[in-house]
Amino acid sequence: MYQGSIRELHQQLVNKERSAVEITNEALAQIEKVEPKIHAFLAVTADLALETAQKVDDKIAAGEEIGLLEGIPIGIKDNMCTKGIKTTCASNILANFVPPYESTVTQKLKDASAVMVGKTNLDEFAMGSSTENSAFQVTANPWDISRVPGGSSGGSAAAVAAGECVVALGSDTGGSIRQPASLCGVVGMKPTYGLVSRFGLVAFGSSLDQIGPFARSVEDAAILLNAIAGYDSADATSLKVEIPDYTKFLKPDFKSTGGLKVGIITETFGEGLDASVTKAVRKAIAQLEALGAEVKEISCPRFRYGLPAYYIIAPSEASANLARYDAVKYGMRQEAENLVDMYTSTRATGFGKEVKRRIMLGTYALSAGYYDAYYLKAQKVRTLIKQDFEQAFAEVDVLVCPTSPSTAFKAGDKTTDPLSMYLLDLMTIPINLAGLPGISIPCGFDEQGLPIGLQLIGNVLREDILFHAAYAYEQATEWHKQQPSLS
Amino acid sequence: MTTSAPKKTEYEAIIGLETHCQLNTETKIFSSESTKFDPDNPNTNVSPICLGYPGVLPVLNEKVLEYAVKAGLALNCQIAPYSKFDRKQYFYPDLPKNYQISQYDLPIAEHGWLEIEIVEKQNSEPVRKKIGITRLHMEEDAGKLNHAGSDRLDGSTYSLVDFNRAGVPLVEIVSEPDLRSGKEAAEYAQELRRIMLYLGISDGKMQEGSLRCDVNISVRPVGQKEFGTKVEIKNMNSFSAIQKAIDYEIERQIEAIENGEPIYQETRLWQEGSGTTKSMRMKEGSSDYRYFPEPDLPPIEVSPEQLKLWKSELVELPAQKRHRYEEKLGLSAYDARVLTDDRTVAEYFEAAVAAGGDTKQVANWVMGDIAAYLKSNELSITEIALKPEILAELVSLITKGTISGKIAKDILPELLTKGGSAKELVEKKGLIQISDTGEIEKIIDEVIAAHPSELEKFRNGKTKLKGFFVGQVMKKSGGRADPKLTNQLLSKKLQG
Repeated sequence: MYQGSIRELHQQLVNKERSAVEITNEALAQIEKVEPKIHAFLAVTADLALETAQKVDDKIAAGEEIGLLEGIPIGIKDNMCTKGIKTTCASNILANFVPPYESTVTQKLKDASAVMVGKTNLDEFAMGSSTENSAFQVTANPWDISRVPGGSSGGSAAAVAAGECVVALGSDTGGSIRQPASLCGVVGMKPTYGLVSRFGLVAFGSSLDQIGPFARSVEDAAILLNAIAGYDSADATSLKVEIPDYTKFLKPDFKSTGGLKVGIITETFGEGLDASVTKAVRKAIAQLEALGAEVKEISCPRFRYGLPAYYIIAPSEASANLARYDAVKYGMRQEAENLVDMYTSTRATGFGKEVKRRIMLGTYALSAGYYDAYYLKAQKVRTLIKQDFEQAFAEVDVLVCPTSPSTAFKAGDKTTDPLSMYLLDLMTIPINLAGLPGISIPCGFDEQGLPIGLQLIGNVLREDILFHAAYAYEQATEWHKQQPSLS
Repeated sequence: MTTSAPKKTEYEAIIGLETHCQLNTETKIFSSESTKFDPDNPNTNVSPICLGYPGVLPVLNEKVLEYAVKAGLALNCQIAPYSKFDRKQYFYPDLPKNYQISQYDLPIAEHGWLEIEIVEKQNSEPVRKKIGITRLHMEEDAGKLNHAGSDRLDGSTYSLVDFNRAGVPLVEIVSEPDLRSGKEAAEYAQELRRIMLYLGISDGKMQEGSLRCDVNISVRPVGQKEFGTKVEIKNMNSFSAIQKAIDYEIERQIEAIENGEPIYQETRLWQEGSGTTKSMRMKEGSSDYRYFPEPDLPPIEVSPEQLKLWKSELVELPAQKRHRYEEKLGLSAYDARVLTDDRTVAEYFEAAVAAGGDTKQVANWVMGDIAAYLKSNELSITEIALKPEILAELVSLITKGTISGKIAKDILPELLTKGGSAKELVEKKGLIQISDTGEIEKIIDEVIAAHPSELEKFRNGKTKLKGFFVGQVMKKSGGRADPKLTNQLLSKKLQG
């Protein structure tokens, strides 16, 4: 069922063992086979995919050289605008929205002739940790379809885990790539804020949102990041930096490269952490040590304040970002007798419960008289968390902790308790607040056979170190080779 | 609006202006569409970015920053080395994102002033006053609503929205409450417009809405420290409307106080037709715009080097020019004001003086015949064929006595429309002044001989007839006889 890694597929294409159309058809066949169970895709773009694949085959037939991503099936989270193709954010308010423009990342993938097979499900406007907040469908975890895939990029994570595409793009505001990657047993990476252009990514929390790759191996993730990273004049927050070839840093150990200093974030181990998670992550740390890493405990005392600060800052930004959905220019409109009624009935019916909850939270936090106590204070906490990380990275190269405190839970288990859902992002949120890169890689399974993720955190723009550490660990273990039974 | 009974209390008005000024950049503040004013083709200069589509991002047009800093410098402001954009949130259908990208607590420029100058009459002493500038900040303009069946959203059957204006760059300039009359406020607004035009950063067209002024006004008895209740007035489309609206509002408020009626904190609309203000809406507390820093735009940092460069690019501003014209060129305050009102006129004047024209005479020609010609033909001074060097030449021909002022006036229309050298034209047309005593005497003799009865009347005491003889001599000489000499010689001859 698995199609192999990007490099394997590429070699097969170059050697003409398989055509791009064949590879695409295999992906489409897998989608057809598993989608009735998984529901990872909101839309499958089969015709477009085959058309792109055919062009790649024509190129190969003409004897032209092809790039690594050419002909590779990829899934795109449905909050990245694709010109002429519906982009819904899994929201009723954008159910029929067709963007007249292409996001920078999907343009880059088009330019690289990657084959987009469809748009993947998500929590509405990327707000959630289980993909249950989608207005259209609930995505299942391929390891146990009664369980959630995590979120908000649950569709992308599940699609990659279920072999419906080779790689996928997600977006991560507080853990929305890393947490579902952890729950679905795949690699998920959130790059440094500003490394990947946000142009065309429908905004949730603008100062936190970052696009990143899902893959079944660290190398595939590095190849995908190579294609999407880089300065974009259309995004004023994008960083003007040289992008190295991330695959260059994929070394099997740390002994030959001058060592690696790893810091365990003390505060992330303790109450609320599943015993199986603790065990697997501790074992993974021992593995890193065996590979030549020097490991020590590092305290980030303000780490735990990340969650409350995040639930002020992200909803505040979201409350403004989502104000544009007013039925005037595009998207859903509920006709009404007057303007205010049109606004209220459109937004009342167009947005789901969680989105409305966050708009209310943010509106409240920014209101006169509350701004200082909430938004401003949260920004101060953000600065303190950044300082904690700065101090930590003065001592170590990489920080390590669990990605998620628990493994995948049953669908419906937490939908009535938003706070327990919010707690799932405890480990990932501080990384977004500090704008740092983080990666989640498979590091074991719990007693029910559900995947566990190890989170590695790097300093600003040190994706090189992250890839190195992640790759060395991955190559020394077998976790990433496990496949879900899809039952 | 005058009350019959004399007022016992004297009042003063406290007035501040908030001015929105569109910057004339080629493209919008955060996207690359044209800023062209084009109400006949709605929604043509738009893009997903200025329409606030999902996922799009703003990128600051660097020209906007440059223009705003230059405006700030021209208004003697402190330029913030570190400033930022904020989101000002409110729902309105002309605002695509339902928030406006503006500047809140760290504006690009603060703590400035501008000098207004009021000259009542041609020869009166100017009254000068410094008006404080609280702040100047950058922001995006909203679109425009066209309401069917009403002039407002409320009560209209439907409304159409034109987003051509959405995203046009604005600077908002807030004055201190230093103004005391409609005249001062109108002069402040005009001086602001002049400065923008001098800097070349705005077209300042009030009719098209590229310069918009809102007035805050209260009155209080002279000597009272506390301010009265502040009223906002909107919808003035000209400087005279600003003046009239304020003068009306001052009277209205004083009358209300005198009659023991309350003054409400409200927004009132100026109605040009009736010359009155009308209540539009009450202000119930201050609006909560839920400002917060715009996360899509990095903070703005202006380096000392950049600031120095922009400073060096500033032109001489109207107030500086007025002072120089008075102090260095010896012109009256009134003349200095007229000449500097339009930068191109001032530059024309200066070029003519630099080419050797007598300052006062050049000034008179520019403010007199040339200005009249420009006005009647609706031309700007840069469009006429008469170059400043030729005006200087023409003036020199008069001062040297080569031609009379009358001849100069006669040939001016041809120079204005066709251009060319004044001297050559005078020569070609044989218009050089006759300054030879003998030649003029000869003409006088002929004139006297031809009008014996007039001569007799003159000699019998009707001395007013001298003018008649002067006219005849001028006529016979084709206007070329030196008028001064003609006068002298004629006096002698007529006495007999």
